[in-house]
Amino acid sequence: MSPNLIAILPEIVLTLTAVLVMLADASLAPGKPRRLLGWVAILGAFAAGSFSLWQLRLVDASGPITAYSGTVQVDAFSVFFHLLIAAIVMVTLLGSLDYFAPPAAMAEHSETARLAYTHVGEYFALVLFGATGMMFMTCSVELLMVFIGLEISSISTYILAGFRKGQGVSAEAALKYFLLGSFATSFFLYGIALAFGATGSTSIAAIAAGMSTTHTPVLALLSVAMILIGIGFKVSAAPFHVWTPDVYQGAPAPVVGLMSTAPKAAAFAVLLRVLFNAVPTLRATWLPLILALSVASMFIGNLGALMQRDVKRLLAYSSIAHAGYLLAAFTSTHPEAVASACFYTAAYAAMNVGAFLVITELSGVDETMRTIDDFTGAAKSRPYLSGLLAFFLCSLIGIPFTAGFFGKFYVFSAAVHGGFTWLAVLGLLNSGIACFYYLRLMTALYSRPLHGEVRGAMARVTPSAALGLAFAGLATLALGIFPGPVLSLVQRAAPKTIPIISSAPSSSATASLTNGQ
Amino acid sequence: MNLDHSILTILLLTPLAGAAVLALLPEREGSKTHAAVALVVTLLTFLFTLHLPWHFDYAAAPGTFQFEKNLPWIATPAIHYHVGVDGLSMWLIVLAGFLAPIGVLASWKAVNKRERLFYTLFLLQQVAMIGVFISLDTFLYYGFWELSLIPMTLLIATFGRTENRRRAAIKFFLYAFIPSAILLVGMLWLYARTGTFDLPKLTALAAAHAISPNNHALWLCSLAFLVAFAVKVPVFPLHGWLSENIQEAPTAAVMVLAGKLGLYSILRFSFGIFPEQSHAVAPLMLALGAIGIVYGSLMALVQNDLKKLAAFSTLAHVSFVILGIFTFTVAGLDGGTFQILNESLAGAALFVLMGLLYERYGSYDMRDYGGLAVRHPWMVTMFLITTFAAIGLPMLNGFVGEFLILSGTMQSYVMHHVLWTVIATTGVILSASYMLWMIQRVFYGPLGLRAEEVKGWDLTAREHLELWPFAALFLILGVASPYWMKAIDTYGTIVATKPDTMAPGEIKHIETETYRTTGTAFMDPALGAAAQGKPTPPVNKGARY
Repeated sequence: MSPNLIAILPEIVLTLTAVLVMLADASLAPGKPRRLLGWVAILGAFAAGSFSLWQLRLVDASGPITAYSGTVQVDAFSVFFHLLIAAIVMVTLLGSLDYFAPPAAMAEHSETARLAYTHVGEYFALVLFGATGMMFMTCSVELLMVFIGLEISSISTYILAGFRKGQGVSAEAALKYFLLGSFATSFFLYGIALAFGATGSTSIAAIAAGMSTTHTPVLALLSVAMILIGIGFKVSAAPFHVWTPDVYQGAPAPVVGLMSTAPKAAAFAVLLRVLFNAVPTLRATWLPLILALSVASMFIGNLGALMQRDVKRLLAYSSIAHAGYLLAAFTSTHPEAVASACFYTAAYAAMNVGAFLVITELSGVDETMRTIDDFTGAAKSRPYLSGLLAFFLCSLIGIPFTAGFFGKFYVFSAAVHGGFTWLAVLGLLNSGIACFYYLRLMTALYSRPLHGEVRGAMARVTPSAALGLAFAGLATLALGIFPGPVLSLVQRAAPKTIPIISSAPSSSATASLTNGQ
Repeated sequence: MNLDHSILTILLLTPLAGAAVLALLPEREGSKTHAAVALVVTLLTFLFTLHLPWHFDYAAAPGTFQFEKNLPWIATPAIHYHVGVDGLSMWLIVLAGFLAPIGVLASWKAVNKRERLFYTLFLLQQVAMIGVFISLDTFLYYGFWELSLIPMTLLIATFGRTENRRRAAIKFFLYAFIPSAILLVGMLWLYARTGTFDLPKLTALAAAHAISPNNHALWLCSLAFLVAFAVKVPVFPLHGWLSENIQEAPTAAVMVLAGKLGLYSILRFSFGIFPEQSHAVAPLMLALGAIGIVYGSLMALVQNDLKKLAAFSTLAHVSFVILGIFTFTVAGLDGGTFQILNESLAGAALFVLMGLLYERYGSYDMRDYGGLAVRHPWMVTMFLITTFAAIGLPMLNGFVGEFLILSGTMQSYVMHHVLWTVIATTGVILSASYMLWMIQRVFYGPLGLRAEEVKGWDLTAREHLELWPFAALFLILGVASPYWMKAIDTYGTIVATKPDTMAPGEIKHIETETYRTTGTAFMDPALGAAAQGKPTPPVNKGARY
């Protein structure tokens, strides 16, 4: 097989599966069950992940694979994010089979379910297309390719956000996400154009080399700022976060689990590549911006979440705060910094997807449980699901022996290594604020029900959903007790792809150039 | 087979496995399966903890750890599963093991619904507590330290007594969590400077002044540690969470709520990693301790609510420990550590007894009671024995601890130590006043409101089983304290340091005096020699008092 095809094999597999699912959906008679399509999609994601692992063996054997004239580069870094995205997609699909393609008996009870029933093939296909875009974002070393990936993933998620058809909030979410999102993407594109203006190239390696010789440093600075705005929107960092609560509230719960983790992971991967690979020489300029974004996100996210009664909005603000924690890792030049950022994306993905899947299971297709009051007393009727949600909330708080704790631990130790002890203090104080609202939800679960009994879905958890939940739960636990394997992967990813440059920028940049090619 | 190297791991895994079994065991109305399983698991754990004093090597060099296990856990950052026990932690582990079955017995009737949740959380709490006592890797320690918050918070939030339970639980969590978050920054900073989380290594580095030349940062770091621990103790101005949560928490949870975790952490981590800073902060802590004693006692005097009274008496008792350990004298440290055991035992017994009253009459308000002695001769006996232990009647355990602490303060070289000793001694009188007054109000005098309405019953067999071990221990710890001191002293002597002005001979003299006056004729002569023959610990040149 040609190296080009090998390099994008996971993406090819995903695309083919998605097309297959879409065609099959169109050719099936309306009203026919489409649960099988979901399993095909899950299988596709699994295959994509497996191929990524196989790529890792190739990378280990003979160094990074570059393809398509140096626009795509497969290395430990990209493989890590590929695996992460594939895993998120698989778990989300497992958890949303009942939501979008419920067994026939279940669907009869619910208006929403019947409406969704007819378009469910599209849902599976869109998730896979989105994943393809995200994977491209993580393995491209050419900003235009990154942009294309970003667009593919964004457009899919815009549609997914509106998938609760017939519900006003969902349509509102999709429209809001689309309008603000396309605005942000244009910022990103403008940034690329300015980088091209400053250095004459859109390739990351060439930009890194050109930065030291550019005659228009102002353009370079502007381009970094623009790219930061574009990415800041995607990862919902304050002050580019305004869309988050509304969109999370309106979108279907399993979709929120997906879009609060996978596109963010991909966007953070892009940011890591751009900041540490393309413009490490401008560190003095972008560092204050990152610090500002980080601190603002932490405070706005946590203080905003304190005011929320709606659980999905609450988790939306919490995801803003988590973006802030993650950005704290960027302040370090220590090689552990990149590794810790990568680890945090994985940890956050495990616990957040898990939390949203439990919410999906608890509140059912109609999403009858919205506010904290609705969740009050859930532990009585659904002890295992509530226990699991409490566990994910513990992880979000950052209680030891969960993924969230190690995530925070690595991120803030990176900040301390980088000399930003005050940032670590602020961050951990923020996690103190955060535990207030997480605990409010957690203690509510274990309190007496407010209205005699808990509303919400009482359906049994199907095996597929149980599998997804178990996977998320085990991942959260495993990352909290044995982070070793994932950690060694991210540590391997960090130094190879992203040379940490503190002094002698130009020579290091060329080193990365030769290293990468 | 030699258990010595795996006993600590077994101690952790037994309650953990028990919790897992309980979580999976289906719940049926009216069945006591969960309580029974929890009882078996906790008894088993207690049995395992007894292995420690049985095989403890008293001849080992002071400052070394026994039953040690050190396995790499995560490569980078270098985190180890490093557990071990020394004279300080050994009896605390046994204590934790001892209190757990009593806690289950005390909850037998009090908790009659959602037993699965209750006992699962209770066993998880046990895991976290034992984990805190045995961890020698600061990271591992921090894991258990934080973990201990979650079961307790949920226990209070779910099984609290009044409608205020959720608020109280969140208050407890925030009070403990926010300083702990800063503690984590302190640990990260230490790791960034030294590259290790290992406590023995950090202690050695600290003794060699090799942690960081930046005194300012060291100070901030030591405060991060101390404040996090002081909140958990709680030390006087940081006790805001205590009374509310003691009022809410069920008996079994309240027994482990305050005191030992925080006090142990101060002794182990603050004193171990920041010896100079701890010495320098001693005058303040002594003052806070003395104020805490008087404040707690005075507050206890004016309470009508039994649990509130117990809460403030807890504050007074832990303040005694703070007072003792911050003198940095052998007597003070030994007494303080010993008093942790006493305080936990007496406090636990008191809470169990109050719980029994509540089970019978549904009230903690003393105004509802009176004249109960007629109906409950056994109960009043146990109440009195506990009271005597708590107020430090000679022959019982409280006396040994308080005496050592006060004589330690008197010998101390910290500023105004005589003043603080005098103030603290009034606490002894005050504690007798509020405890005896409580006995009088509840058990003597005219029958109260509730006592008329409800026909209470005297202690049942199960309740006898809960209380007699306490009574026996009060007496044994009181008359045979050297048996416990033998282990505690190996820790106390290495932490106690002397200022330059004092000749070594004088110190030895004072120590001998102390032990003689404590009335411990049972004192093992070999121990006395060992205590005096210790090489004098490194002198603290930098510290000025």
